[in-house]
Amino acid sequence: MNQSVLFDAPGPKTIQRHRIYTVVTLAVLLAAVGLVAFRLNERGQFAGDKWEVFVTPAYVEFILGGLVDTLQMAGAAIVGAMVLGLVLGIGKISDHQIIRGPSWAIVEFFRAVPVLMLMIFFFSIYGIYNGTTGPFWCVVWALTLYNGAVLAEVFRAGLLAVPKGQSEAAYAIGMRKSQVIWIVLLPQAVKIMIPAIISQCVVTLKDTSLGYAIAAPGLTAVARPIYLEFQNHVPVYLVIAAVYIVVNLLLTAIATWVQKRFVGEKKVLQVAAVGEQSAQPGPITN
Amino acid sequence: MDAITDNYQLIVISFATTILLFVFASIGSLLLGTLLVAMRVGPIAVMRRAAATYVVLVRNTPLLLILLFFSIAAPKIGINFQFVRIIIPTGWGDIRMTNAFAGAVVGLTLYTATFVCEALRSGVNAVPIGQAEAARAIGLPFSGVMRNVVLPQAIRAGLPPLASTQIALLKNTTVALSVLVLEAAYALKQLLDANPGDRWWLLAVFAGIFVVLVELVSLISNRFERKWRIA
Repeated sequence: MNQSVLFDAPGPKTIQRHRIYTVVTLAVLLAAVGLVAFRLNERGQFAGDKWEVFVTPAYVEFILGGLVDTLQMAGAAIVGAMVLGLVLGIGKISDHQIIRGPSWAIVEFFRAVPVLMLMIFFFSIYGIYNGTTGPFWCVVWALTLYNGAVLAEVFRAGLLAVPKGQSEAAYAIGMRKSQVIWIVLLPQAVKIMIPAIISQCVVTLKDTSLGYAIAAPGLTAVARPIYLEFQNHVPVYLVIAAVYIVVNLLLTAIATWVQKRFVGEKKVLQVAAVGEQSAQPGPITN
Repeated sequence: MDAITDNYQLIVISFATTILLFVFASIGSLLLGTLLVAMRVGPIAVMRRAAATYVVLVRNTPLLLILLFFSIAAPKIGINFQFVRIIIPTGWGDIRMTNAFAGAVVGLTLYTATFVCEALRSGVNAVPIGQAEAARAIGLPFSGVMRNVVLPQAIRAGLPPLASTQIALLKNTTVALSVLVLEAAYALKQLLDANPGDRWWLLAVFAGIFVVLVELVSLISNRFERKWRIA
């Protein structure tokens, strides 16, 4: 809702009051920032040698190496999740109970189980025996299963969001079910699904950090050797958080652009939450 | 199967810790999230901008990084939770709520509050403009517009996304494993290391309990949704 609708145009007294609130808020914010800065300064966290590492080429390379690992894990997981999500999403709207039931169960299970538990489990059956590449793939598999289950809901909702007349017309000219989905429904559904898929990329990128618990490589993992060497615990976490934020904001900007360009600002895909009624199995009605 | 029957005490204690983490962070995130959304849709420009900045920054940071910050970096600048030391002795082992637990609760609260804020804001945005206009046209003051017209509809519309944030919070409590809080994922890791033969059983039990907990939260939310629904 447009917020200007919520309030009347402020009168002179209200303007006065708002001014006081503004000043008080600013004062509180400045005090908070000042306190943190004071603490940082007091403990010597502003000292040049604590920050110099972030402009030293060798260490910048080290951090960027972590970023590359993170992006690789996220990329592999997203590709896997798209394939799995497509299979499960189409499975969930199948006409056959024997396909619908298991698809629904798999989606509900992997959406409800914490990703970290899956990672730990894969680590114990695979990662622990496979040295350096083991943890990497454990992270990728766990994220693939979880995000695949989430994307299955997105694909299902996207396919159901295509106007019914489209599939009716396709059936009327004699197309088979698979043709209706691949030739008619999916190409139209992709458009409305892209923003949801990209925001899932942001979630995946953030979740790759969970690999820390099973000694996987990545941006979160590079913090430790750096702060152990330079004792710059606070700066290193601030810098790494900043890198994550920048990458995620870039992804979000792309999602917003795609939304505006292809979908229009108002229309947003409604995806059922875990355990919600509409997530129950049901055939596509045609 | 032995790994479960022999260690049921550890499993119960660890899930109790998970639930405690969830309850504290849930209350905290709902309060902070409501405060944030009030600032976010309010008339004061500075508050709007501050809340928006906070939401964007924290939402795009991985939760683990926030928890690690409170566990590793914050003590270096004198922010720690050493003053929290509640240990509940039970016959099956202690439930420890100490500085690691408190740091995890604070991190989870700060992180989840941003999602709560966005969920509530989507609820406010879902109320048709005509509703507020009509309310003002019949002469209701701002408090009346909000209390009698906008908020009742906003809470209904915002409930499903709000429930999603709380389910995500429940699953996110497992991240506290990395800052050494003995919750469910920590117990799972310990048991997997000690009992390699019973891995599939362990996964089935831990995942099963989590599925039940998640379904419980969504059941409660569905109840409220049905109760508050207008025909």
